[in-house]
Formats: sequence, structure tokens, C-alpha cells
Amino acid sequence: MRSKTIKVDMLARVEGEGGLTVKVKDDKVTDVKFTIFEPPRFFEAFLRGRSYDEVVDIVARICGICPVAYQMSAAHAIEDAFGVTVSEELRQLRRLLYCGEWIESHALHVFFLHAPDFLGYQDAIAMARDHLPVVQQALQLKKTGNDLVALIGGREIHPISVRVGGFYKVPTRAELAPLGEKLKWARDAAIEAVMFTAGLPFPDFERDYEYVALRHSHDYPFNEGRLASNKGLDIAVREYDQNFEEQHVAHSNALHSIHTGRGPYLVGPLARYNLNYDRLSPIARDAAMRAGLGPTCHNPFKSIIVRAVEIVYACDEALRIIESYEKPAKAVVDFRPTPGVGYACTEAPRGILFHRYRLNPRGQVLDAKIVPPTSQNQKMMEADLREYVTPRINTPVDALTWQCEQVIRNYDPCISCATHFLTLNVERV
Amino acid sequence: MAGRSTPTLAVWKFASCDGCQLSLLDCEDELLEVAGAVEIANFPEASRAVAKGPYDISLVEGSITTPHDAERIHKIRRASQVLISIGACATAGGIQALRNFKDVKEYISIVYATPAYIETLNKSTAIRDHVVVDFELRGCPISKTQLVEVLSAYLNGRKPNIPNYSVCVECKLKGNVCGLVAFGPTCLGPVTQAGCGALCPTYHRGCFGCFGPKEAANTASLAATWRAQWVTSEQLVRQFRGFNAYAEAFRKESEANEK
Repeated sequence: MRSKTIKVDMLARVEGEGGLTVKVKDDKVTDVKFTIFEPPRFFEAFLRGRSYDEVVDIVARICGICPVAYQMSAAHAIEDAFGVTVSEELRQLRRLLYCGEWIESHALHVFFLHAPDFLGYQDAIAMARDHLPVVQQALQLKKTGNDLVALIGGREIHPISVRVGGFYKVPTRAELAPLGEKLKWARDAAIEAVMFTAGLPFPDFERDYEYVALRHSHDYPFNEGRLASNKGLDIAVREYDQNFEEQHVAHSNALHSIHTGRGPYLVGPLARYNLNYDRLSPIARDAAMRAGLGPTCHNPFKSIIVRAVEIVYACDEALRIIESYEKPAKAVVDFRPTPGVGYACTEAPRGILFHRYRLNPRGQVLDAKIVPPTSQNQKMMEADLREYVTPRINTPVDALTWQCEQVIRNYDPCISCATHFLTLNVERV
Repeated sequence: MAGRSTPTLAVWKFASCDGCQLSLLDCEDELLEVAGAVEIANFPEASRAVAKGPYDISLVEGSITTPHDAERIHKIRRASQVLISIGACATAGGIQALRNFKDVKEYISIVYATPAYIETLNKSTAIRDHVVVDFELRGCPISKTQLVEVLSAYLNGRKPNIPNYSVCVECKLKGNVCGLVAFGPTCLGPVTQAGCGALCPTYHRGCFGCFGPKEAANTASLAATWRAQWVTSEQLVRQFRGFNAYAEAFRKESEANEK
């Protein structure tokens, strides 16, 4: 009988606190757990009774890594409830802000959280000893994204300018111009990042996922679109609740999101890329081709290349918006709170982020539902672990443990995001 | 730090959004220098490597919300020569301290399908409420320039130079029009500690108190000013109950207006 346990008490280089356990008996994987022991924070509970204009600032605090995603989903969902549509100029400015978050979050993940795995380093600081120019360039790339968020949003973490109906303050053309120069540099650096990531060693591992992402009539998706999948899903965002559900599974205390009737699905860069390749800009598509990616990619380890391609796209899109930017005549459109339910889904760097709010006539929240990307991917993370370990059972435990960690880090999981609803598991010693 | 060639730095996380420790990684221009000045001994968000304590400096993010974490913070204190709590969660209980005004059981049943699985404390509390803290760095999130200042101060054996005056001073230094006058009455600037650079008034909105109460904050006077401008009790309570809701001055003012 051959049995072993692969256990990581504290998963490093992810946002928040989690661990993993894979149990093997008689050369078969018998149990897989992606454990989350991050304490719950009850956002949906204390949003009740808060005014619509406080929600955008409060939900930003769910995540320090992708606050813009929370602000965008919340603002759009409340606008949906009030029947508000922002002007095209404001819509472009929101895309620009989202570009900044994608650049900084993806650059952080690609170089600081993920690349050290492929090269055998414990962290990017150790990697910098041998690859100093790469790390320095990555820091500047990340900084360009942060500069963009800080200029439009006020600061990098928990920006303060976003509001329902638009912004508190909008930048002038002259204020954006210097960023245009930095973004040209950043786009070139991102193309180099694509080539760098494409040169990493990848395990031979492909899966037949159901990819779920937004699909928009002409844009690579940030804030709007229908929810689509490669297996026939094509619904409006307000139909989310009828198509997805959260399940309580026996082996874990964590709720898992599934596609009703079909099971686990995958959200994030691979899903976006595979469903929206035709919406990428020519420069981003060209970088993908030079990296050897086809119009689709089914190896989750190669999500690092796809993230780099999305950095190229975000730089390119930011440049396009800045070049054609005209300061909106009004920073916020006129509206009045109305009672009702609003829905929105936007593309956080790590996948779709669904928000639903029910509001009273004064615009106060009666109830809120927030489904972050990490909870939607959880079930797939465990499925990946099972599929990955099964043919590699004879790999030495230390090496296999590190590879299992990497299977999880492929998702850029944000555990802080997920814990507003995940149950607490106190397995840690 | 005496007795060692390279001081060790550990970063710990409790209930939080990760934003304050991310501020360290967001020091793009200074990160490699900071990493050169210290040995990063424990920083799970950034590294797989874990070195055993004791640690010269511990940065602690997040609030205490579970029985397990209430134990864990004591171990961290024992292993740390200097312990610095960072951010609104670690210094005031954070946004999750909104539970402190309610029955947490009701909260659990709103959010969780199976309430019995949840092990959580009734209150979300600051690190200082559990162990001795050497320095508290405020903010939601913290300012990265203040973080570099605090680290540099401790590495060089001097006192951190962090202002404890109000956001109003920063507003005046910036030449902003007064937010309290210009953007509606509910600006918390007069009672909020500086640190953000008067960010919100600069972006045409009132301060909402990310850095918590300033030293000797006269919240009652501010509340009276708001009331004179027809701000309701309900609004007053909500205004003081943000990311620093359980910081003493804000908590007392919100409770006084709730009656």
C-alpha cells in the first residue's frame, strides 16, 4: 500500500490565508481540499442599511489587490437598479481606470507571485539576485498601472473618486498626457513580459474547462457584456442567479459556486482570452502569436502568458483611450434613487465579479449578494489538483507539493475576496 | 537594531483585505532597497520562504476576530522585538468592527448557509487590545511613504515622524477650498488624523475618515456643526461608522447620536 499526504499549511504568494491537502492511498487520490482559514468579515451583512453612495467605498475594502473591480461592479449594479446610464466619455474613463488595475494586479501576479515558481525561487526578491533587470522592469510596469489608478482614482489602494453615476473628479487631457508616455514604455515592457513568460518551462497539462467570461459587442470585456461560455451559455447578467448556484460540499466547509446542471466552471484570464481572442487589439494578438499561443489555450499553467498578453492589451487600450480623451462635460450624470434590484458583473483581473443589490426608495441597501471570482474557481482548483496529482503520484513529495501550490497559484486566487461568505476552517496549527 | 548585521522583518495578517501589506509591495521605487536593508523572514503574500523567529520587526495587518487569532497574536508578540500594527483593521478593528454594534449571530445567518460552522468572536478588535504594540500606523489603507518612514525610523533607532494633526492642516497646505463648506457638510476632516494628503477634498468630496480620529478629536463640536446644517442622526451615525468605527472617539460619537 502506498499512501502519502501532500499538505501545505500556509499557501504563500496568494492574497489571503489558505492551505491545501491532497491525500493519496493505494496510488489513488482519495481526498483533495483547498482550505481557507481566513476569518469571515460579513460584508453582505453590514451593507444592509447603508446608503447607495457609501457602498462603492465600503466594498472596495473587500480586497486591497482589486478594489477597482469591486467599485466597478457595485457602481454598475446600483446604476442598473436606478436605471442610470453614464455618458460614453465616463464609460471610457472607467475602462481606463480598469486598465490600470489590470496592469498592476497582473504585473504583481506574473512576476512576484507566479514566475518564481517556474524558476525555482522562493520569492521575487531572491529572483532579483539572478534576474535583476527583469524584476526592476516588472516593478516599473506595476508602477505604471498604479500611477494610472492613482491619477483617476486618487490612490492605488482603495481609490476614492469612483461614485454611482460617474466620478467625483475627472482628469484633464493635460493631466493624462504624461501617463501616455509611460504607457508606451509599459506596452513595450509588457511585450517583453509575454516573451519572458513564454520561455518558462510548462508542464504538459491541459483540461477541458467550461470557460465563463463577459462577452461584449466590440470590446475586450471590462465592465459590460453578456455572460458567455464555450459550452453554450449566453445570458444577460441579470440572469446570473438562475444559472449559477453556490453549493455546500461534504469535504469542505467552503461554499463552491457551480453552473447549475453542468458543474464547475473556470473564470479569469484563460476564460476571457478563449472567449474574446477576436476582441484583443492587433498588438496584443500579435504578442500572443509570437509567444506561441493560439486563439485558445487550455493549459492553466500558461495563464501566466495570457496575463502578460492582457497587460499588453491593457496598456494598448489605455493609450487608445488617452489619445482620444475629451474631458467629460460632467463628472457625474443626473439621477434619483429608485427602489429596485440591480445586477452587474465586471471582469476583475482574476475573473468575473458578480454583485446584486436590492435598494429601498431612499437608495439604502436592503440586501446584497457578492460572488467574487475566487469562490467561482474554487471547485475547479480542487479538480485541477486531483487531475494533476493522479499521473504524478510517484513524484517526490517535496517537488509535488510545490507543483500543487503552483496549480493553485495559476488562479491568482484572492482569498481575502472570497471570505465574505466562506466558512471558517480552523485546521491550522 | 542592535546585535545583528541584517535585521529581520516579518509580516503577519489577521482579518483584513491585504491592502496594507500590499503597500509594501507597492513601494516600487524603494522595495529592492528595503529588501536589501532587512532580511524578510516571514511574508507569505510575497514569499514561500519562512525563517524561524525571533524577529527584529513585525508588521501586523488585520484585526482579531477569531479565538484562534486571539491566541496567535500572543505568539507573534513573544517572537517580536518590535511590533508595529498597520492599518485601520489592526489599529481600530477595521470595517469588520461594524459587527461590534450588532448581534454577530444575526450577521452569520445573513451571510452563511450553515451558521454552526462559523467560529468567530462577537467583536473585531485592534491588536493593541490584545498585546503591547510599539507603534500604530493608521490608514485604510496606510500611506506607503509613512510605512517607509516608520521602517526607516526603527531600523535607525529613532522615533517615527508621523503627524497627529488633522486632515484640515493638509487641506490648507494644499490650498484646497474647505470641503466642509464646498462639498456638503459631512466632511470628517476636522476630526481625522492626517496622512492621506487631504485626498478626498482634493477630489471634490468630503473626508470619510480613513485615518481614524486625530489626537483629542472634538467630534461633538463637529456633530453640532453638521446638525446645524440639517444632517440627521441616522446620517451622523453612519458617517462615524466607517473603516474606523470602533476607534474610541468615533465609536463614542456614533453611540451618542444613536440614542
